[in-house]
Amino acid sequence: MPVGFVPLNLRTGTPNFARLSASATWVALGVAALLIFVVFPVCNLLVPPGSALHISDYWITLFGKIMCYAIVALAMDLIWGYTGILSLGHGLFFALGGYAMGMYLMRSIGHEGVYQSDLPDFMVFLDWKAYPWYWRYTDHFWYAALLVVLVPGLLAFVFGYFAFRSRIKGVYFSIITQALTYAAMLLFFRNDTGFGGNNGFTDFKRILGFPITAPSTRMALFVLTGFALLAFLLIGRAIVDSKLGRVLTAIRDAETRVMFSGYNPLYFKLFIWTLSAVICGIAGALYVPQVGIINPSEMSPANSIEIAIWTAVGGRGTLIGPVIGAAVVNLGKSWFTQTLPEYWLFALGLLFILVTLFLPRGIAGLWKRRTS
Amino acid sequence: MSGMLTSGASDTSGGIGGRVLTDGVDISHRGILYLEGISVSFDGFKALNDLSLTIDAGELRCVIGPNGAGKTTMMDVVTGKTRPDLGTAYFGQTIDLTRLSEPEIADRGIGRKFQKPTVFTNHTVFENLELARKADKRVWPTLTARLDSTAHGRIMAVLETIKLAPEAGRLAGLLSHGQKQWLEIGMLLMQEPQLLLLDEPVAGMTDDETMRSAELFRSLAGDYTLVVVEHDMDFVARIADRVTVLHEGHVLAEGSMQQVQENEQVIEVFLGR
Repeated sequence: MPVGFVPLNLRTGTPNFARLSASATWVALGVAALLIFVVFPVCNLLVPPGSALHISDYWITLFGKIMCYAIVALAMDLIWGYTGILSLGHGLFFALGGYAMGMYLMRSIGHEGVYQSDLPDFMVFLDWKAYPWYWRYTDHFWYAALLVVLVPGLLAFVFGYFAFRSRIKGVYFSIITQALTYAAMLLFFRNDTGFGGNNGFTDFKRILGFPITAPSTRMALFVLTGFALLAFLLIGRAIVDSKLGRVLTAIRDAETRVMFSGYNPLYFKLFIWTLSAVICGIAGALYVPQVGIINPSEMSPANSIEIAIWTAVGGRGTLIGPVIGAAVVNLGKSWFTQTLPEYWLFALGLLFILVTLFLPRGIAGLWKRRTS
Repeated sequence: MSGMLTSGASDTSGGIGGRVLTDGVDISHRGILYLEGISVSFDGFKALNDLSLTIDAGELRCVIGPNGAGKTTMMDVVTGKTRPDLGTAYFGQTIDLTRLSEPEIADRGIGRKFQKPTVFTNHTVFENLELARKADKRVWPTLTARLDSTAHGRIMAVLETIKLAPEAGRLAGLLSHGQKQWLEIGMLLMQEPQLLLLDEPVAGMTDDETMRSAELFRSLAGDYTLVVVEHDMDFVARIADRVTVLHEGHVLAEGSMQQVQENEQVIEVFLGR
């Protein structure tokens, strides 16, 4: 057999290795679902704290947070790994989703804030008399949930339309997205824009009437996040395995050929870019009630760069890789920040260098190398 | 947003052939491509200077000329990559090429092969042809597209034509240079174009591959209209119906290979004064 020969499934035109690994993928997904939906809830809620099998709230919160990051890394993989467009502003979409959910949580506090006012504490503190127009109706959960999807989606659509139509590519696109998230951060830091300034939103009390710190609420959010992660993995897989997925990869590898084949790359990029932003927004909305705070630092350029690092460490263009990357890097981060806080950034930098030098295809590349 | 709404004509034909009398392009006056008074300049350099050229439907035209004569720029104008400063470019009697984008022009039936073979290196040969296939190329239909047996049959037919059937499952990036050239030609055939623009299609091919390419192009002429830019004069002599000589962005001579070779001006340009 010649080098690189892949047996072809002539009915679907897809290489057979995709079908061979399909069963392994289903097993992995099943195991993940079992862990998220059965093992973690049982070991956290039902197994008594003294037992060796007990999983503490600390780990539930940490894993819940990591799954949110994993969703973001997955979204990043769709646009960067598959389509070849590096965004260094994905933290913005994550934060926007988080802010929309955060405002709903602020308004759910009711009169139990420090000032016991109709308005959230930060508004009283900053001398606001009424809600600005953009926060109207955010006391309704479903409206806030709509904003979670619409705000990142619309921003990404409009920004993407002009950027892709102007054929802005490569490092120029990355720099502009970086500037975009930085500009948004400065805007959200201001006290007079109604986003809570540098303190952001915090001190949440309840979500949909349930106390937000109760173990059962925490577990519900954890399970919901796990469900979202698995759902986005399946949706992502369906997209990249479709003809559209092959067009995206073709855009990454030879955009002019795509154009002269009759596809308009603008709309394909816009589709995946907007979808990626919406997924980030949803991840942000799941993140905020679990960690209990959202502030403008989520929009700092460093956060967005970190998202790119998770994706690169895990392995671009594999979907599962970035999920693993987000988990590995963030577990490392949580260990370092507790034990050797001052060395974390060195470790992150070293990890990134080592992966770039020795694992250009990331952690997922290890597995692929072994099987091929 | 009009680009999203470009027509993706339905796909019915299974085999290759019968591409001259098809819908869309009005070739009632024999001509399929009309360039008139085209001028293009880049920073003062006139790449094309009042270029006028007519290609008849079904012919195999070779375009030759020294470096910088404007051969590639001419293809850029026809495929929408470059807009002319002056002049008109019509596909058939009715389609104004200067108003359409690259994907729209490709969709109307003009296929282009680049000087450097450009294929999707991380897709298999089969997938390359699948992606190029004439179909509704808007986002949503692409997401939901399934490969039916007609499409599959057509891909297999083109694989036979370009002699890459044994390599169907190989990644295109692993093909030899000549095979990549052939794959790119196969991708053009999948688009079911009426006009093929081929920029140095046999560059880097072995003698044997060049011979086979000559056979392929001769067999395509008639069913398709081909415009071939080539430096290899033996190859041009073997395949061309008619030859156009470009010099400094302008047509210097036109006719059979023999007529062109005997033209005084051509001899001057090629051999020097």
